[in-house]
Amino acid sequence: MPAKVITITSGKGGVGKTTAVANLAVALAADGHKVVCIDGDIGLRNLDVILGLENRIVYDIVDVIEGRCRLKQAMIRDKKLPDLYLIPAAQTRDKNAVSPSDMIRLIKELRPDCDFVLIDSPAGIERGFRNAIAAADRVLVVTNPEVSAVRDADRVIGILEAEEKGPAALILNRLNPTLVKNGDMLSPEDVLDLLAIELIGIVPEDENVIISSNRGAPVAYDTKSRAGQAFRNIAKRLNGETVPFMSLDHQGGGFWDRIQRLAGRK
Amino acid sequence: MGFFDRLFGKKKSAGDAKDRLQLVLIHDRTDLTPAELDSLKDDLIATISRHVEVDAQAVQIGFEHDGRSQRLVADIPIKSSPRRRSRKAQ
Repeated sequence: MPAKVITITSGKGGVGKTTAVANLAVALAADGHKVVCIDGDIGLRNLDVILGLENRIVYDIVDVIEGRCRLKQAMIRDKKLPDLYLIPAAQTRDKNAVSPSDMIRLIKELRPDCDFVLIDSPAGIERGFRNAIAAADRVLVVTNPEVSAVRDADRVIGILEAEEKGPAALILNRLNPTLVKNGDMLSPEDVLDLLAIELIGIVPEDENVIISSNRGAPVAYDTKSRAGQAFRNIAKRLNGETVPFMSLDHQGGGFWDRIQRLAGRK
Repeated sequence: MGFFDRLFGKKKSAGDAKDRLQLVLIHDRTDLTPAELDSLKDDLIATISRHVEVDAQAVQIGFEHDGRSQRLVADIPIKSSPRRRSRKAQ
């Protein structure tokens, strides 16, 4: 079966796009799918360090596009998961080294050989973002429960609709249930009410995300981490499985029960 | 949110965030600034006034949304016009 091509984007930088791509890639590959992830952030490459593959890079995406190597030569195999590959971004070039039609051509070549292609979009709504969405079958928008991230997510969702790349699905990252409970953080209901798109996952704030990125082993490997569990659940939903939204509330089900109902899973 | 804020009924910050975002997103989505909206309101009043006398001070114009689509909603009270009514009576 040809691959599903999924782009992860956000508008605002620093909300967790690269973390989301790395974790979804690990979770899907751990479930036995062949996954290729592409770092679309040319000039500011990072997916390699988050995946712990920075020392293995020989060729990058611009080398493939400009014909200096074959596609297979730029696909770096993961250390632990044999079905996970990374195509790194070029570090010494800029976004204009790639065009949307280059991306469409490259993805066309990848499609028959894998189950999922995950594309890490750069922040912003310019060339790099246009490249990242050009070949996408589906787009996930990552946001944080915070005014600037939600505003930028709304812009991106609007552009995706105009480009007929929608409907996008939302990953609400770095939710702090205690702050929400105290009324000092936008709740998932608030964010969904504002953005009016489908929710595919809520990732709680979790210090293990930083610890695991320090080590270059995404948190999805960590069976005890709540963020890791949230990413594994999103991966299953991407694969078409119905997974209930997890209960993260230690004080009883109230808050997470409401989220379950919001997502229509209860 | 401290004890005293709660005691004096200060609004929780998430509510502020939502209210502010609601307004900002309307302007972002429609590409209408508050000033442009005011000028739209003036034009609307001027146009409608050519046909019927309206209470310009009481005109309300705002947005409603259904999912991601926006709707411009205007509430334009019409002044009761005795002159017109008496003309009809003749």
